[in-house]
Amino acid sequence: MTDKASETGLLERIRAGEKKACVECVEIHSPGIYRLALRLMRQEADAEEVVQETFLSAFKGIDRFDGRSDLRTWLYRIAYNAAMMRLRRAGPEEVSVEEAAEPEEGALIPRALMAWKDLPEEELEKAEVREELERAIRDLPEKLRAVFVMRELEHIPTDGTASALGISEDVVKTRLHRARLRLRERLAPYFALPAEEAGGNHGS
Amino acid sequence: MDHESCRTLLEGVSLFAEGEAPPELCAEIERHMAGCEHCRIVVDSLRRTIDLYHRLPQPAMPEKAREKLYKSLDLTEYMK
Ligand SMILES: [Zn+2]
Repeated sequence: MTDKASETGLLERIRAGEKKACVECVEIHSPGIYRLALRLMRQEADAEEVVQETFLSAFKGIDRFDGRSDLRTWLYRIAYNAAMMRLRRAGPEEVSVEEAAEPEEGALIPRALMAWKDLPEEELEKAEVREELERAIRDLPEKLRAVFVMRELEHIPTDGTASALGISEDVVKTRLHRARLRLRERLAPYFALPAEEAGGNHGS
Repeated sequence: MDHESCRTLLEGVSLFAEGEAPPELCAEIERHMAGCEHCRIVVDSLRRTIDLYHRLPQPAMPEKAREKLYKSLDLTEYMK
């Protein structure tokens, strides 16, 4: 968490054109902006360009930052808009199939219903497991993806996420919920217990 | 499996899994879960899903990308 007073100080120095202040800002915020961009764009090279674009336009437009949100939220908004612009420009094939409509209520009803196994800490270090989790994020519809990344992975509060994405807090909550249910569904075949072990639960 | 009550439960299950559901909703969900294995599995695996993502190691920006970023911002001389 960046604290308010030091952020105000940093902003003043950036406005005054102090390069070291820009460096501080990049050091603090670029890792998170990069992770957001990476998960929105899918391609590393595109993500890198989104990060560059974000800081370029942030520093150029720093006078437009009104301090109503914190700096991080403002940067996320710029990054999100830059990413969306690129995706739109890249053409419809970059926008996921389910994008047109909000996912239907029916899609909420879980189907895969096996109990899940415990996953030891070292399992998560495995590239294969990480890749599966990242792939599941990439397969989310774009609207759910942005909310999930900001809320669950970047731990941005509901109000900050709402303001960065230009949606209401209720929509953030609904989308987060749907994203989680979809990810659960998507990951179930991978993390569920094999049928014979799960069978014990049914007492037969 | 497709009970009306399962559907209702599902709406609140995200809050419940985070421990943020209001007490009345919690009680309702717990009561339902006691008699519904389907929903017990859903809640448990949803919790595990959230937990997995909280534990997922975060990808870091490659050094090359960092260099390019500093260059594009004309900050290369300050790069550590
Ligand atoms: Zn149920």
